[in-house]
Amino acid sequence: MPQIELEHVYKVFGRHADEALKLLQQGVGRDEVQEKTGAVGAVIDASFGVEQGEIFVVMGLSGSGKSTVVRTINRLFEPTAGTVRIDGENITQMDPKELRRVRAEKISMVFQHFALFPHRTVLENAAWGLEVQKVESDEQRRRAEESLDLVGLGGWGDSYPGQLSGGMQQRVGLARALATNADILLMDEAFSALDPLIRREMQDQLVDLQESLHKTIVFITHDLNEAMRLGDRIAMMKDGQIVQIGTGEQILSDPANDYVASFVSDVDRARFLTAEAVMEEPIAVVLKREGPAAAMREMRQRQVSGLFILGPGRRLIGATLDDEVIEAVRRGDVSLDNITHTEIPAVAPETPLAELFMPSAKSILPLPVVKDGRLLGVIPRVTLLAAVARTGTASRDLKEIQIPSEKPGAEGRDPDGEGSDPDVEGPGQEDNGDAREAEIPHA
Amino acid sequence: MPELYRIPLGEWVDRLVDWLTANLTGFFDIVSDVLAWSVSHLEDLLLLPPALVLTTLLALFAWWIRGRGFAVFTFLAFALIESMNLWERSMSTLSLVLVASSIAVAVGLPVGIAAARNETVSTTVRPVLDFMQTMPAFVYLIPAIFFFGIGQVPGVVSTLVFSMPPAVRLTELGIRQVDEEVVEAGEAFGATPRQILTKVQIPLALPTIMAGVNQVIMLALSMVVIAGIVGAGGLGGAVFIAITRLNVGLGFEGGLAVVILAIFLDRVTSALSDRATLYKHT
Repeated sequence: MPQIELEHVYKVFGRHADEALKLLQQGVGRDEVQEKTGAVGAVIDASFGVEQGEIFVVMGLSGSGKSTVVRTINRLFEPTAGTVRIDGENITQMDPKELRRVRAEKISMVFQHFALFPHRTVLENAAWGLEVQKVESDEQRRRAEESLDLVGLGGWGDSYPGQLSGGMQQRVGLARALATNADILLMDEAFSALDPLIRREMQDQLVDLQESLHKTIVFITHDLNEAMRLGDRIAMMKDGQIVQIGTGEQILSDPANDYVASFVSDVDRARFLTAEAVMEEPIAVVLKREGPAAAMREMRQRQVSGLFILGPGRRLIGATLDDEVIEAVRRGDVSLDNITHTEIPAVAPETPLAELFMPSAKSILPLPVVKDGRLLGVIPRVTLLAAVARTGTASRDLKEIQIPSEKPGAEGRDPDGEGSDPDVEGPGQEDNGDAREAEIPHA
Repeated sequence: MPELYRIPLGEWVDRLVDWLTANLTGFFDIVSDVLAWSVSHLEDLLLLPPALVLTTLLALFAWWIRGRGFAVFTFLAFALIESMNLWERSMSTLSLVLVASSIAVAVGLPVGIAAARNETVSTTVRPVLDFMQTMPAFVYLIPAIFFFGIGQVPGVVSTLVFSMPPAVRLTELGIRQVDEEVVEAGEAFGATPRQILTKVQIPLALPTIMAGVNQVIMLALSMVVIAGIVGAGGLGGAVFIAITRLNVGLGFEGGLAVVILAIFLDRVTSALSDRATLYKHT
């Protein structure tokens, strides 16, 4: 028996909901119903079951009804029609008191914008579910501290949410949800408001936690990467209806209809992943104020031949290479200014994987991923290739890989470029940039 | 041209007031006694220490709640009141304002909470509040005299009626403004409506509620002159006497004392309101 079971659940917002419901149940389209009655069918005939220990992802664009459907599971939104069962208990018919018991003991929730209580400490936030149940206060404290430890926030209990970064705040949200020991975890776009790298970290942490905790998780997202990464099964929603339920692989390889197909079409394997989905933590970096000696030490420690130079606020200023750094140290330079290459290729976080090959091939260093001038992450070529190898059928991806190597082949090499100056390529210099291909082994 | 039927609204109100006076005398007497008792005892209490002692105490309180500048102001301003020979009148006005505001807040808060949680209450209460705030005060002063006679009590009642709306409005607003998702987070873990109200909504609405309390006190002070007309005495009485005798100097002194009380009460309540917001910066 599935732990969570939805049967023909409808949620209609607005006046004349009953009338609208009848029409929707007769199969009249959502837009037509809205025109006739003014009521909006946010969830239309949703049925699915979630097994114990499963991560079930509900995926859809904004307005598709995914956040509404998850709220019918704990009745934050009253379903207009249909039944919701938790462990076989029909919660749609429960009186308020019983419902509160189920919410307190069986279902907890993590919210998109964290929804922490700003006037309570981190510990008091984590203890909320226990306080509501009137658990004894020592016990509250102990269990809240335990769950803060679990999410890596041990020792932060006396801080206030406003003092924490976004990622840490959402960990408090997660700790609050774990503290009650509820078996079911509803996560409404839980990581959507976080920076890409933090989001990845949180996804990894969730997967780790899940390995030991075996919760039943309903995870709402609009991000296909996240859905694929986390979901044992994925439900695709569109205009209030669930259009397909299946594993990530099933949805990619056998889309149920044109909508799903178009949604995942860009996937074209190499395309559904974006730069931010594969990028890694930049480790080979030096701060602008540090100078050549520090840069040299950093390179030796990391065993790399190039470094990114960062300004205040992780602003990407440029890059420098090993031979120049050594030269600068010998000259006794105190700043990196003389050996900073500012014209380096960079990509935006939302760039599809397929468009990364060209700049990656031309870049001596790993490809920097930059947003508003800030360095978010880097993509070493090996990461890029590995990501492509992971994602799908070889034949299709090989074509993508061939793009960069075709172009230099067709145009030939520029002998001038092979001189002693291994200048890093600027995006605007594609024409004479081919020679730099020769420098690739450097990196 | 056919003449439009004249609705005898005024007559109805007359009859209603007559009926109320005739049948609810006992109730009005009790209300009157309680109000008169509270105001006069508070007044006695304020007049118990010598003026300069209370002034010093108020200045120390001002220091604690806001800082040195405000303390200096408080000391000088209250000393000025004493030197204008308006101390007793000022304390009388202060106690009237404090009693009226306390009752206004005590009634306004629960009504505001109810309005925030229930659409019907909200839509019913709104026109009543409009009525209370905009109906010229003299109009309900007349029945107030019928019910409670001359003196401080009709002053308290009319001040109460006029100053209550911001307590209701800003409480409702403050609670409605609490982030929907935060309230959902409360509910999702099985909190009762009462737990959500006392542990989430009210603490988060507190700065707005305190702004409402501040407004209540300010409006109450603005009513003292009108209260003076019905014999409530105090600074309003002084100003009223000045008006009837066309005595500019006396009127100015009375007015200035009202302003001093207003500034003092405003700064104190807004300092309290700031304290309620403090957690955001910690």
